[in-house]
Amino acid sequence: MEKSELQEWEYKCIQEEPPQCTAGCPIHVDARLFVRQVGLGALDEAFKTLSKTMPFPKIVGRICDHPCEPLCKRSDAGEPISIGALERACIETTREKVKGVMLPRKKLRVAVIGSGLSSLTVAWDLLRKGYLITLFEPEERLGGSLWEYPETILPPHVITEELSLLESLGAVITLSAEVGRDDFITGIHGEFDAVYVGLDTPGLNLHALAQDGEGMTWVEPLTLATSLKGLFAGGERRKDGLLSPISEVFAGRRAATSIDRYAMNVSMDSGRDHEGPFATRLYTNIEGIEPLPHVVPGDQVHGYSADEAVREAGRCIQCECMECVKVCLYLDRYKGYPKKYARQVFNNEKVIFGSARTKNQFVNSCSTCGLCETVCPNDFFMGDLCLQARRTMVENNFMPLSFHEFALQDMAHSNGERFDLCRHEPGLEESAWLYFPSCQLCATSPGEVPASYRYLRERLAGGVGIMLRCCGAPAFWAGRDDLFREALEAVRREWERMGRPRVITACSTCRSIFQDHFPEMETRTLWKTLEEIGLPNGKVSPALSGEGRTVAVADPCITRHDRETQQSVRRIAKSLGFAIEDLPLSGEKPECCGYGGLMYNADPRLARELITHRTTKMEQPDTAYYRTTVSDHDYLAYCAMCRDNLAAAGKRTTHLIELLFPNVDGADPAGRGWISWSERRRNRAMVKDAILTELCEKGGSSLEEYENIVLEMSEEVRRRIDDRRILEDDIRKVINHAEQSGKRLQNAGTGHFLAYLQSENVTFWVEYSPADNGFSVHNAYCHRMNIVGVKQ
Amino acid sequence: MSNQPEELPVWSCASCGKPLEVVKVAFTYMKGNFEVPLQACPACGLVMIPEELAMGKMAEAERILEDK
Repeated sequence: MEKSELQEWEYKCIQEEPPQCTAGCPIHVDARLFVRQVGLGALDEAFKTLSKTMPFPKIVGRICDHPCEPLCKRSDAGEPISIGALERACIETTREKVKGVMLPRKKLRVAVIGSGLSSLTVAWDLLRKGYLITLFEPEERLGGSLWEYPETILPPHVITEELSLLESLGAVITLSAEVGRDDFITGIHGEFDAVYVGLDTPGLNLHALAQDGEGMTWVEPLTLATSLKGLFAGGERRKDGLLSPISEVFAGRRAATSIDRYAMNVSMDSGRDHEGPFATRLYTNIEGIEPLPHVVPGDQVHGYSADEAVREAGRCIQCECMECVKVCLYLDRYKGYPKKYARQVFNNEKVIFGSARTKNQFVNSCSTCGLCETVCPNDFFMGDLCLQARRTMVENNFMPLSFHEFALQDMAHSNGERFDLCRHEPGLEESAWLYFPSCQLCATSPGEVPASYRYLRERLAGGVGIMLRCCGAPAFWAGRDDLFREALEAVRREWERMGRPRVITACSTCRSIFQDHFPEMETRTLWKTLEEIGLPNGKVSPALSGEGRTVAVADPCITRHDRETQQSVRRIAKSLGFAIEDLPLSGEKPECCGYGGLMYNADPRLARELITHRTTKMEQPDTAYYRTTVSDHDYLAYCAMCRDNLAAAGKRTTHLIELLFPNVDGADPAGRGWISWSERRRNRAMVKDAILTELCEKGGSSLEEYENIVLEMSEEVRRRIDDRRILEDDIRKVINHAEQSGKRLQNAGTGHFLAYLQSENVTFWVEYSPADNGFSVHNAYCHRMNIVGVKQ
Repeated sequence: MSNQPEELPVWSCASCGKPLEVVKVAFTYMKGNFEVPLQACPACGLVMIPEELAMGKMAEAERILEDK
């Protein structure tokens, strides 16, 4: 990833954009943090938050005209937060004092004329930056129009105390300054390095400055520069004569920035786009937020008590986006959001060889399901980011094998002699159609796939060929472009050989891969095809018909943009007698089952947690943002991996093909439960054999000797070894090796043997004992470290 | 990664008939080399890696090395 690409990714994620209140505040007070702190009763901390951006907070906090409030998102659910009143309550309660922290003194002298809020802000900001400030005030006291406020709002002692801070920071104050003299401005302009003129200062003689068309002093809007170089001006009263304290403060802040830039001789205008109020890009979803009105203060004159302030602040919804994290366990578990993640992925890629690449697992755990893109206001797609990063890892030889090896071996099995097959319809030499049932559907529905193939042949003219292969999706997800191209090319070659027939897919992932990477191939789903040629009516056993039962349709994540297929499945289910429930995350928002993107391989624990969240109601969420809704009804899946993963988590789930082409009469497919990776491979081989039998060809590829070993094991052991991605054939190889070589350990207590064998990159250990027909397997485990041997 | 068995070995080498002894066993993974005290047959060198070690500390070390 290049730096510019990172910036593009980062720009898309708006989570770090300021909330409306901050963006709308001329001086960008962090009102969201301030209100949160008030809500927690941490008033001293809240005051510190104000002090960070607000000059003289004990004055400004009392009189601010709070332009933030009309922008508050709470208005969309009740009334806006009374931020102004909370500032006042905070200031009146806190014992914190404003501290004047300063940078080292500079030798630059700045004159500030007047002591209205704009002038005071210039003096305050520049004092803190170390400038030598001299303040010229025509009256006999500082503060200008501040004295116009009623005592109940701004007590005089507060003005006096707060403004005394200027002198304590070293400002030189000249009262009764003769600002009306003809040469006053020019004299000061000659004497100081820079000058600020508060235009609200009474009696000013401004004839030395150029005027605009309306007879006002001309100032450059962005910098507040005037016609005299180094002299800046601002802070007039509004045209309606009313005071906008925060606008005056903003004028002072803007002028102080200009004076600092002028004095430091840097660009006067670059990077100032976001000074003052601006429209934020932050999106906050207020769906489901209960509307609440203002907390009304008991004492209307003095405003909120501390308790009332806490309650009012408690209404703040703490605006943020997090839309994607709310629907993705993966994004939630890594405790960030896409902007942060993009930076982490970039850093992970750029680290110098040898230092830690701590985000490898993160990059490889995304299911690439695309739900984030659907819910993101800016279409941020984590899957794209992660897939790019995976391809880079593979190219640069940084991809740990363990993340994808098992899945790629499973794919190799599907494209090897045990499954790979492509034939015309028995007795025909051409195919108008080609059925592509997919490796994973054959793995879980070895009876239904041949039955559906027979039905297609009965109903479709012109010949229906069949291709048993993997489409290459696992290699695509693993970032293995080489293997992916190879798999796709093999499909292309066979498809060409078959005469470029129309392809009927039973797996939405295969179809999506073909549509994206093989556009000249015309595909349609099995479901759409069945709707066109007629459902196998009368073949559905009464036990499987819906009879008005409700099922919740678990759309596969890959169909989120395929409304046609989703509707087709629903129509079929309805015609089978089922009532349909749509899960909240369905349609364009389905979640992944943990198979997509090979999450189950790179992060098995996360995949298990994900499917648990999708199938088990949780009283106490164990997540920060992510929430799911689980239906009590049985699920209806039409993706083989969704069926298997949901069922493995204990959820009653049926695959649509099991309803249409029931294997065993009277069976309850939703109660079928989990199947192991070993069974999946056997099932694929069964499908191939069944097709070959119909073709009157010889099936049953030759077995290795070890494959004939009979294993006995408990359900618990079977499940455990499957979770560890250990195949029964891996166990057979170990036992075969141990029995032939004699290399095995024996336990004095149990008599069990323990043996190990490294097979490719994994060493498998098996604890076993001889049984009547073969061997009892008591346990198996594995590791990837290579045993070199005993050191002498 | 260390594994100091506290109890006497219950496993013996089935072909040599000898009880296992604790020796240093060398491993490699992802450009890393390690030596770990483990039980092994003193005669033929057949080693014994218990389940807790393989699925625990070894798996953890593998994960760390994969992130390098």
